[in-house]
Amino acid sequence: MTTTAPRQSVAAPPPPPPPSAGRRLGGLLLHWWRRLTAMRTAIILLFLLALAAVPGSLLPQRSLSQNNVNQYFADHPDLAPVLDRLYLFDVFSSPWFAAVYLLLFVSLIGCVVPRAAEHARALRTPPPPAPRNLLRLPDSAELSVPVPPAAAVDAVEEELRVRRFRVVRRDGGSAGSSGTAHSAGSSGTGPELSAEKGHLKETGNLVFHLSLLALLLGLAGGKLWGYEGSILVTEGQGFCNSFQQYDTYSAGPLVDSGDLSPLCVDLEQFTAEYEENLTAASFTADIRYGAPSAEGRPTTIGVNDPLRIDGDRVYVTGHGFSPTFSVTLPDGTAFSDLTVPFLPSDQQTMASEGALKLPDLPGQEEQLALEGFFAPTGLLQGGVLTSVDPRPLAPQVAVVAYQGYLGLDSGLPQSVYSLDASQIERGRLSEVGSANLSVGESLELPDGTRITFSGVKEFAALQYSHDPGQLWVLAAAIALLAGLLGMLLLRRERVFARARPGGEGGGTVLTLASLTRGGGESGTRSTALFDDLRGALATAAPARTASEPEVPPRD
Amino acid sequence: MTDSSLAELSDSLFSVSVALYSVALLAFCAQLAFGRRTTRARELVGAGGASVVEEIPAPDAVRGNRWGIAAVGLTVLGALTHTGVLVTRGMATDRLPWGNMYEFATAVVLVAVVAYVVLAVRSPNLRHIGVFVLGPAVLALVAIGLGLYTEAGPVVAALRSSWLAIHVSTAILGFGIFMVSGIASVLYLVRSRPGADEGSGIVARLPSAAALDRVAHRTAVLGFPIWTFAVIAGAIWAEAAWGRFWGWDPKETWSFVAWVVYAAYLHARTTAGWRGRPAAWVNVVGMAVMIFNLTFVNLVSSGLHSYAGVE
Ligand code: HEM
Repeated sequence: MTTTAPRQSVAAPPPPPPPSAGRRLGGLLLHWWRRLTAMRTAIILLFLLALAAVPGSLLPQRSLSQNNVNQYFADHPDLAPVLDRLYLFDVFSSPWFAAVYLLLFVSLIGCVVPRAAEHARALRTPPPPAPRNLLRLPDSAELSVPVPPAAAVDAVEEELRVRRFRVVRRDGGSAGSSGTAHSAGSSGTGPELSAEKGHLKETGNLVFHLSLLALLLGLAGGKLWGYEGSILVTEGQGFCNSFQQYDTYSAGPLVDSGDLSPLCVDLEQFTAEYEENLTAASFTADIRYGAPSAEGRPTTIGVNDPLRIDGDRVYVTGHGFSPTFSVTLPDGTAFSDLTVPFLPSDQQTMASEGALKLPDLPGQEEQLALEGFFAPTGLLQGGVLTSVDPRPLAPQVAVVAYQGYLGLDSGLPQSVYSLDASQIERGRLSEVGSANLSVGESLELPDGTRITFSGVKEFAALQYSHDPGQLWVLAAAIALLAGLLGMLLLRRERVFARARPGGEGGGTVLTLASLTRGGGESGTRSTALFDDLRGALATAAPARTASEPEVPPRD
Repeated sequence: MTDSSLAELSDSLFSVSVALYSVALLAFCAQLAFGRRTTRARELVGAGGASVVEEIPAPDAVRGNRWGIAAVGLTVLGALTHTGVLVTRGMATDRLPWGNMYEFATAVVLVAVVAYVVLAVRSPNLRHIGVFVLGPAVLALVAIGLGLYTEAGPVVAALRSSWLAIHVSTAILGFGIFMVSGIASVLYLVRSRPGADEGSGIVARLPSAAALDRVAHRTAVLGFPIWTFAVIAGAIWAEAAWGRFWGWDPKETWSFVAWVVYAAYLHARTTAGWRGRPAAWVNVVGMAVMIFNLTFVNLVSSGLHSYAGVE
């Protein structure tokens, strides 16, 4: 407080030399920094942030569903590339979204750091002296009590200390309003008191704003060093944690793909349970997990209940059926247990679609492929198979067999769940038979190949996640909430009292005033406080006057 | 599993609640119509003699007051049967009664009504805003009953978690409180228009602009930490259920947008140049975002949060 005054007087002297270019730039930067860190700017930036998030929910996002983005491109071939150039399919990782939140956080730092320093200073400074005219404060009262001034102030002090105020007594000489200890023109005469409580409110405010920063850092860390892989695993199969094995994965820029946690997971059994009305009641997967060479440890994971090991997690994110086929070639060569996951196209009935591709049949020139529709509980209506129940009560598949060239080595990626339609259009693959099959039934192709639907297993969609920032984010979120509660629910109060001798009879006129920030109406609270103080003075009065008739003024 | 007689009872109580609220709404209208306005009393002082002033407004005010008390009483009764709707549904299905959009929205309206009743009991001059709480509440319930009704039944596996109790309950609580806050801000915007004090319309009988602003702020201050907690709890649940704590799913995005808007409101309330009407507008935007998040995001966009149960 006092350090600024002399400096101003030094800077003030009249002939201001024309500022140098560097100075001007400095001034300009300072000006913009002040602007950026003003609350007004924060509000605007908050609005911009809210606004910037909106397209992320209205347009399909790559991070959520690449398929929906592709669909959008197909539906709006002219518009989509333009939107894409504006990052509108990657809103939350776009430079402009980042610009808004980074600006907001710079603004936040610029505001909070000085505030924190000031708060730390305030914690060590005693409450300020009472203002000269207490009755001008919004809540004030004047009462006369039949005790000497010092005793009256004693009673007030005790009552305030019980209420956990920090109290400072000053003698009446310094009623100045400038804050310096020896200002002139004092009108006060008796002792006075300043009390304060509620620094926790400001602490809460700082904790809240700083935890926002911590939360952002945690999020960033998770994005940089985190990764996630998904894979469909049929009962009896497994996977190890490596990017080559996953069907899809995403990894932060700082992830070293050779450095993934060495863990393998085998799916032993998958169980889906349903209510009478076919609402899914539970999905559980019995798995074994452990280091690649070790005998795995058994456990059960399910919806809401992932496997958690050392910051990594394994989830069940979905399930479905893997029909099993066996193929007998005309020459008698047999392949059994050809199991392929079919993707559910309807979650209610678990009707699923998939393909089985056999590009390398020994002694065969043609490649063989099946495209099929699977119904866990099938119903045939006019030759068309539909699914009526998600449970595998009467599994059936409708398959179409193709022979020819699959185009797998053409260099273009293909879905494993369907055949490349362009190969069929171009006549490279031709349909050679179709049938609706129950378990055990076969389809015989013209060349003598036999395809048997031999059974069905369940598969689980598993997800492996590694997010090193997660616990940090959780801690920041808890701190944020605690700070928020402190900031919003606590209040900061200052109470001042000044006593002056009250005319004849040796009594005192006591002036009380209070200032409150935050937390509801201050009026009723301060009235209640003043009433309590009055009560305390009333009980103090007889005892004090009896035992210490003349209290010398304290200093 | 589902007890059908309890489920039917729940549905009947829903209709009873709508009926009780509608009657309460009429009573609130009567209160507004007969209630006395401070400024008009002053006009009468100028127009007639002292004796006239003493006599005319007095029975009017008393009548208005009686209507007001009757209206609050009916609202309380409605809130009781409204609570019954959820309790019986919970008993019928043997789970918390907020597993689908019908139940969620019904609970939000209940919270809004209860928040209003608490305000009206604590400060009687706020009773006057009853029409503007009960009106939207009745409209919302009718829309919910017609558009969102879902048979009582079990919920899907993902919802069978204690986080349903924590996340959804707090979301309902925060939502309901924000609705009252938003209504107060709308009324504040109407009341604080220049010239609102003149004339004898309904506007002039509303509580003072300052009182409305205070109600809006205090309810938002209550709602904000609750909403913050609901969002954090949602993220914790998502970490267990969906494999990540935050993924910008549409519901998550709009909850975030709402959170940011309410943070902006609280800032605006304490920032020079934003106090008063601009801040109130921010609060109204917050309310709009909350309603959009419930309706559009559930019914139109598709995401992981698709538990609405509305076909
Ligand atoms: C430049 C950035 C920011 C600045 C300068 C800033 C500054 C402040 C200040 C000074 C207060 C205390 C208000 C008072 O005097 O009562 C405050 C309160 C608050 N801030 Fe911030 N803040 C910033 C960013 C944020 C952000 C990004 C959020 C959340 C998204 C946020 C949420 C809050 C909330 C909820 C309050 C409580 C308001 C109240 O006391 O009623 N702030 N902020």
